Amino acid sequence: MRASMLPGLNSANLARKREIAKAREMDFCGLKAGSLLTGTPTLFARLRALVFSREVRGALLIATLALLPTGPLAAQLAIKGETVYTMAGRPIQNGVVLIGRDGKIEKVGTASEVRIPNGVRVIQGKVVTPGLIDAHSTVGLSGYLNQPHDQDQLETTGPIQPELRAVDAYNPHEYLVGYVRQFGVTTLHTGHGPGALASGQTIVVKTRGNSVQAATIDTLAMVAMTLGPDVSSAFKSPGTSAKSVAMLRQEFIKAQEYARKVAAAKADAPVARDLKLETLAAMLRGEVPALITAHRSIDILDALRLQREFGFKLVLDGASEAYLVIPEIKAANVPVILHPTMMRTGGSTRNAAVTTAKLLIDAGIPVALQSGYEGYVPKTRIVLWEAGMAAGYGLTLEQALGTITTTAARILGIQDRVGSLERGKDGDVAVFDGDPFEFTTHVCAVAIQGEVVSEACH
Amino acid sequence: MPHLTRPRPGALAWLLLSACCALPLSAQSTTIAFKGARIIPVVGAEIPSGTVLVQDGKIIAVGANVSIPANAQVVDATGKVIMPGIVDTHSHIGGGAGGDRSDPIQGDVRIIDAIDPKDDGIQRAQSGGITTANIMPGSGHLMSGQTAYVKLRDVNRVEDLLVCRDLMTEICGGMKMANGTNPRGQPPFPGTRGKAAALVREQFVKAQEYRRKIQAAGSDSTKRPERNLEMEALVEVLDGRRTVHFHTHRADDILTVLRLRQEFGFKLVLQHVTEGWQVASEIAAAGVPTSVIVIDAPGGKLETVGLQMNNARILDSAGVLVGFHTDDGITDSRWFLRSAALGIRAGLSRETALRAMTINGAKMLDLDRRIGSLEVGKDADLIILSGDPFSVYTHVEQTWVDGKKVFDLSDPRDALYARGGYDSIRDGIYEVHADMEDHN
Repeated sequence: MRASMLPGLNSANLARKREIAKAREMDFCGLKAGSLLTGTPTLFARLRALVFSREVRGALLIATLALLPTGPLAAQLAIKGETVYTMAGRPIQNGVVLIGRDGKIEKVGTASEVRIPNGVRVIQGKVVTPGLIDAHSTVGLSGYLNQPHDQDQLETTGPIQPELRAVDAYNPHEYLVGYVRQFGVTTLHTGHGPGALASGQTIVVKTRGNSVQAATIDTLAMVAMTLGPDVSSAFKSPGTSAKSVAMLRQEFIKAQEYARKVAAAKADAPVARDLKLETLAAMLRGEVPALITAHRSIDILDALRLQREFGFKLVLDGASEAYLVIPEIKAANVPVILHPTMMRTGGSTRNAAVTTAKLLIDAGIPVALQSGYEGYVPKTRIVLWEAGMAAGYGLTLEQALGTITTTAARILGIQDRVGSLERGKDGDVAVFDGDPFEFTTHVCAVAIQGEVVSEACH
Repeated sequence: MPHLTRPRPGALAWLLLSACCALPLSAQSTTIAFKGARIIPVVGAEIPSGTVLVQDGKIIAVGANVSIPANAQVVDATGKVIMPGIVDTHSHIGGGAGGDRSDPIQGDVRIIDAIDPKDDGIQRAQSGGITTANIMPGSGHLMSGQTAYVKLRDVNRVEDLLVCRDLMTEICGGMKMANGTNPRGQPPFPGTRGKAAALVREQFVKAQEYRRKIQAAGSDSTKRPERNLEMEALVEVLDGRRTVHFHTHRADDILTVLRLRQEFGFKLVLQHVTEGWQVASEIAAAGVPTSVIVIDAPGGKLETVGLQMNNARILDSAGVLVGFHTDDGITDSRWFLRSAALGIRAGLSRETALRAMTINGAKMLDLDRRIGSLEVGKDADLIILSGDPFSVYTHVEQTWVDGKKVFDLSDPRDALYARGGYDSIRDGIYEVHADMEDHN
């Protein structure tokens, strides 16, 4: 799918990345908190960049540079495949992906086009794909022990808490991070889960790194929100769908008022910061998409109605009954991070169908697949297998791969780094010993930014 | 897509006649020939292209060169795969619950009294190729009640689901027990593992006493103890006539079950056996079969952090009889074949995987004389697959129980149970899903 087919998010997300990059170059040391609150988009981006301090980044950079050899960067890893699905053009037969010491892809092509320098480690497999992207997960916040101490995906002290940051809760040492990685998942969009009107923020991480700083590639990906009966099960109020929408609408209006006051405030009389409204204001300005989990068709339409009223960038999540409202979703130009194909059905997800990915993609709606949130066993699902089931129910192999690579990357706004095997992108690669989606095929190697992170066949 | 040839006029007249005269179904002689398929009989060698001949709900011939009687209804399964109906040794379809919270041991409760034969779970399971299931009460008790061995027929009365013929005179299921964390709770539920085992032991000792009194009374009915339904069921357990299906995860809990079995001598199937791979030789030495659950990731509860995909392979290598189960709704009956496929992924042989889904499960339910393989004389429980049983691209196209078709993917209504969305028919989505036909 071409980038232009993904409405709304692409250009905005790329612009957002540029802002962050620019903000990172600026000296924040002298900034006072109040000066962050002028309400301009770029300054919110600065706030986002401040999640990890400049000092930390500087130290990391120095540490990284110290490890690098002097002189021009050279290849460190070559991955050969009988079939290489680059997801940027046709699959390459007898292809090679050459990854440099900077962890970026240097070259992709046929074995005759790409010369592998002497001494470079070579990994081979039947099928090679980009590292897989789980477009929505709670891994790292919702631990596999499932005990109160390792469950950080849903705070139930209040139904609207968009100020909760995923970076304050993500545990890169969580067992399931390594577990999903061995099945080819190199990028996770994770964070606060479904269940609150606004449960908090999400981040995008690579499935490696000793700290959240080292793992994170987007410190504020989206604001996680939920509509429908699942919210009412966690809170005394809202108790109904109508109340849910009323509460959100009221909060959004507050955020608009807040942003207006901040913008109008004089430098010597700044408006007191409100982290909740600050986050919502950024969302309403379109700087951070709203990830709204809505399963029933009426909840999906509620989300679309809110989006029309307030003009934020919407990503539909879950969307069990999306097939009932395809024209409406299409008209609203929003992408869908669809529920796991093998999700348990019941309650708001009662009508989920394994064919929905196919129906939405046929209608031209961008679809990524997710592992979602699991409250019991299994504590996480594997997007590789969820996409496999979509392939079993009508998607072509490349369409199904797209739901966990390219399209996922575009919806998350990280397509400049991951999702396809192209020169300049991260060296994130999964190697299979057969059709990636067959139940009996193994993932035999996984690399993240050129580092081999999994080698046994799983 | 296989299609049914139209019944010959004579056969149709006979059908109408028998319907109008309300003859019992067994009075009609219906012969069905499933022809042209690759046949995986499970017991016996695969047949690259052959015929399964069914008469009155029983298999009467299987082979490459079976002559098809002129009056037979022919199901053309050319290019398809036929294998025995799948046996699910542990399921919760039917919407029933067993014991309540009044007591941790409720051996008198029967799940049969709570199963709804019209529950959508049954239709979903049919769409996954399951023809026989052990429907159990839950695991929140040390003993949550009597299980039911059922065939997934299309019926109204729950009695008509049962594999046995007479609920009043036959034992038509097993006994569900559990240890580990699930049965723990506030009193009267146990708070520790030691207490859990003690409560079970106490109950079995009572049952031994009850049995002794009955035996001592002999034919003198006046000396018999008062009837106690739970004790009666437990005596069936002690006599080895009612199999215990024991939910257990952790290695130490599995060994506790083996000790209880040694002490009281009941017939046992270990269910879930998450850490069975750690004590495979002990299980093998005890000669106890295991029914393995396959979950996509470990954890979700403390006692399943030791889950490994190679559990079935390790148990099988140790010489343990291995089956699989859905534990539906923990895993989805519609995709049960995937459980065995993931077992193969972790090293289980294809042959064992096939047996684990069929004949091994039948053995665990003491039904292997009737079901679990395509052999002459067995029940005509079979499924027609679009391809290899363990491929993600394969769909169950038809499910037959006792020679009757209970699922057909080419029927849009049935297809909704396979794919989901059956409850949105009222919204007019029926047509949308029917559009998926070309992807069968």
